[in-house]
Amino acid sequence: MIEHGERVLLLGPSGSGKSTLLAAMAGLLARSGAGEAEGTLQLDGTAGVVFQDPESQLVLARAGDDVAFGLENTGIPASEIWSRVDTALSAVGFPYGRDRSTAALSGGEKQRLAIAGALALRPNVLLLDEPTANLDPLGAQLVRGALRRVLANRTCVMVEHRIAEALDLIDRVVVIAAGGGVIADGTPERVFREQGTALAAAGIWVPGPPPVAPPRRGAPSNAIVVEARDLTFAYPGSTVSALTGVSVILRSGRTVALVGANGSGKSTLALLIGGLLRPSRGAVRDAGGADLARLRARALILRVGSVFQDPEHQFVTGRVVDELTIGPLRAGRAPLEARRLANDLLERMGLAALGAANPFTLSGGEKRRLSVATALATAPGALILDEPTFAQDRRTYGEILALLADFRDRGGALCFASHDPFLVDALADERLTLLAGRTQ
Amino acid sequence: MAKLGGAAALFLALFLAIDPVTPAIILIVLLAALPASGLAPRALLTRAAPLALAAASIALFNMLFGDGGIAGGIAVGLRLLAIGVAGLLSLATIDPTDLADALIEHVGAPPRFAIGTLAAFRLLPIFAHEWQTIGLARRARGIDESSLGDRLRGFAERTLALLVGAIRRAARLATAMDARGFDSGLPRTCARPRALRAGDRAWLACAILLASGATAVSVALGTWRFVLGQ
Repeated sequence: MIEHGERVLLLGPSGSGKSTLLAAMAGLLARSGAGEAEGTLQLDGTAGVVFQDPESQLVLARAGDDVAFGLENTGIPASEIWSRVDTALSAVGFPYGRDRSTAALSGGEKQRLAIAGALALRPNVLLLDEPTANLDPLGAQLVRGALRRVLANRTCVMVEHRIAEALDLIDRVVVIAAGGGVIADGTPERVFREQGTALAAAGIWVPGPPPVAPPRRGAPSNAIVVEARDLTFAYPGSTVSALTGVSVILRSGRTVALVGANGSGKSTLALLIGGLLRPSRGAVRDAGGADLARLRARALILRVGSVFQDPEHQFVTGRVVDELTIGPLRAGRAPLEARRLANDLLERMGLAALGAANPFTLSGGEKRRLSVATALATAPGALILDEPTFAQDRRTYGEILALLADFRDRGGALCFASHDPFLVDALADERLTLLAGRTQ
Repeated sequence: MAKLGGAAALFLALFLAIDPVTPAIILIVLLAALPASGLAPRALLTRAAPLALAAASIALFNMLFGDGGIAGGIAVGLRLLAIGVAGLLSLATIDPTDLADALIEHVGAPPRFAIGTLAAFRLLPIFAHEWQTIGLARRARGIDESSLGDRLRGFAERTLALLVGAIRRAARLATAMDARGFDSGLPRTCARPRALRAGDRAWLACAILLASGATAVSVALGTWRFVLGQ
């Protein structure tokens, strides 16, 4: 039972059905028709929904038209539409005019627009499904700023993993168990006092410090594994360089963190160091002087492993275990040895029971662990990761942290691009700050 | 809508005539009207360059080997160029959202189809980017795409990977549209009502005038030749 004016945070481990419950409140389940339903749900009035992914909830090319979309659908007369659009846009602090192209907006701005689109319908309750989970810290801050203004005297139900960031937006917390059912319900203070440890163990980001990295074992040898010199790169068709004159050295047993705002060139640099893109000037070489960008892929994966931000982009087979054998096989290992390596990795990653599953059906945390394992399977000297902890729950975060520290302690050269200040603090021996494609 | 109608009138005139005069007149007037279209000459130039090249090569080919000799070759080239420029001008100045609105309002197209297509178009640049990323990720997995066979198989597998993501994204977009009451059975209003305005009517009239005028001048000069009339 949620009263008018209450702002509720819905918590629970992955797979407990938070998003499903939210979809039910939005009246979106009846139409999909899949699964079994029991019980009833009553809503006094209408609901407005904001989803997680900024790329798949805007419909039209111009910002104003997009906010008007819902109003057109519900048959609001044209004479009234534009004043409601303007009110909604100013309520979320949208900084541009109605004609602004939605394609030109940042992730945080797109989410603000999505909130305006929901508000314009004057819903009795606002439903927010992890509205900041897909955003970088700056974008998330933009959206929280907008929500702070918007939620002042509204009814709202929010699903969110990172509680510290939602805490000042809500006044009641409801915790759902993995199998369904409410475990805790009350003010944030009370719920966290009584359930804090259990919530943290379930992977939820409770207020307080994040998991810490295990202490370093042994001393790094500092031998050079990969050396990138004076890299300049422009994407095809672009007149501006994404990177200009960047140099970086990866050493055995040490960690380099690539930091900087969105669009500063972190991801491009990670692709270049990984030997996946060919620089327009400069080169990335291994200890033996081989130019990584010119190596065959099967030779490259013995030297450098790359992990992409979205694990799904790098799955190439239909079974978890095949994902782990394909690299060693391509690099020339015998099938039996590849199989043994794969089983070892499955065990270490806690995926042993999922060997025959399709990689696309795994949970977010499992996909992330599998994608790191695929890169480790060929035992490369260096590991390059793009946002390895992005949108992960607290448990997966801790596991990734331990995994990376272990790789480093075994003498691997580690490099990652990240917005996550905790991860950078926990692991980085050296920080490379990028600003508009140049090192600071 | 008026723009499409105007372009259709010009296409008809250009299709019916195979002499050099009709397309020449239309081409000159279109280029003269360029500033009024709001399209930057440079933008037109870059888009029309491949077209002009194609028209020139076809003209040359027809001059050398065609039945019509030099005049016939020039006529074919001009005709192609005029059709291309008319098409470019109308397409480059039509806004997709306006087109969808017009299709719903004036032609009675179902919003489910017109708006759905618009929403899908928004996803295209995202898919282009994903395609690139999937290619790089495959290299990171040790998959070479150097031989033709590798590439063909790579193409199929990349397409599959792209489709998996695309279907999921499209489903999310559809849910988000549902959540904002799309296709809920309520009568839909239009936020951008567009009667056929005076400007649109004028555009249509000018295009028809140009199409018939160019044909008339060519007939009067005795140069006009009907497409089937040889």
